[in-house]
Amino acid sequence: MRKLFRMLTLSASVVTLTAIAGMSASHAADEAKVSEEALAKGKEITFDRSKGNCLACHMITGGELPGNIGPPLIAMKARFPDRAVLREQIYDARIKNPMTIMIPFGPHQVISEEEIDLVTDYIHTL
Amino acid sequence: MKKLSVVLAVSALFLAAASTTYATPEEDQAALKGFFMKKFKDVEESAYGDGAYVFREDAYEQFKEIEADFPPYEDQVAEGEEMWNTAFANGKTYKDCLGEVDTVRAQYPKYDEENDTILTLEGQINACRTENGEKPLKWKKGPIAALSGYIADQAEGQKIDVKIPNEKAQKWYEKGKNFFYAKRGQLNMSCADCHVAYAGNRIRAEILSPAFGQVTHFPTYRAKWGQLGTLHRRYGGCNQQVRAKDFKAQSDEFKALEYFHTATSNGLEWTGPAFRK
Repeated sequence: MRKLFRMLTLSASVVTLTAIAGMSASHAADEAKVSEEALAKGKEITFDRSKGNCLACHMITGGELPGNIGPPLIAMKARFPDRAVLREQIYDARIKNPMTIMIPFGPHQVISEEEIDLVTDYIHTL
Repeated sequence: MKKLSVVLAVSALFLAAASTTYATPEEDQAALKGFFMKKFKDVEESAYGDGAYVFREDAYEQFKEIEADFPPYEDQVAEGEEMWNTAFANGKTYKDCLGEVDTVRAQYPKYDEENDTILTLEGQINACRTENGEKPLKWKKGPIAALSGYIADQAEGQKIDVKIPNEKAQKWYEKGKNFFYAKRGQLNMSCADCHVAYAGNRIRAEILSPAFGQVTHFPTYRAKWGQLGTLHRRYGGCNQQVRAKDFKAQSDEFKALEYFHTATSNGLEWTGPAFRK
């Protein structure tokens, strides 16, 4: 009986470990899926004055004469370990801060869902 | 006795609920001015008529040099003076409608009780023209800005003193106040977002100007325009920038905004026309 129990625990651990390994592998694969081309597109939308126009308010490495209304976009992975949280912040900053001046890019359809994804991927690399 | 005071208190509550109580313009101004005084302790109150320059010393020095040495609007002010002194086809002049030139600027914006509307300087210029059989001028730039520039120039040293004389006037003031604080446009920004909360910050390389004192220098010579433009021209530009519905110059919306916006600068000097980047 005890032996069976031990075996069960062991196999459960193996299953868990495999699952964790699998998850992180698929996470890594997600990151890898963002191609250079997609990142370049994201950067273009981020800097475009009629699209993201993020430099109006945020400092971004490589962008000239940034505004200082919002925080500088640095150390983004440390600040937003979860990409989904960063996407939500770009999509509608009012969710976290009702007093924000930031444009509700998603609800007001300032840029498309696809463009928000591209911008999120690019900003996440900063 | 106790019962009586309860009854009184309850009826007072009902009364308060039944009538809308507005903050007075004095309270609004004290709050707005107080915000800036607290945030920017080094800036003198009287300096706010000079706009965003008060936040950056080097730009302020440049601005003062431009104003003192080669104000770029001088030709247009001279053109405005000539307009003022030239009689209409019927022999009448602007003075016949508007009074002595140095008394005109400080009268507007003004509540007109008879027509329940707001009179503006530019509105009065065109009203004078049509009353005398002349064609009205275009609202935003050109001759109207030249004449309004000359009239503003003649009011140098006079103080802004917008009056809200009664409840109907207060309605116009409230309409303007609501316009100023309401989010608008696809970009979802209010006038106050940029010109109160973030005044002094940079949007790209530009410093956001403070709402307090913003109306003092109109019509203004903007480097971007290369000529004088009226306050309502600037309002239109701001609306376009936040991708909002653009109202026409001298629309009720912009007249109400001008009424509120100017009242918040009561006590500051008229400084128009003045240069802006």
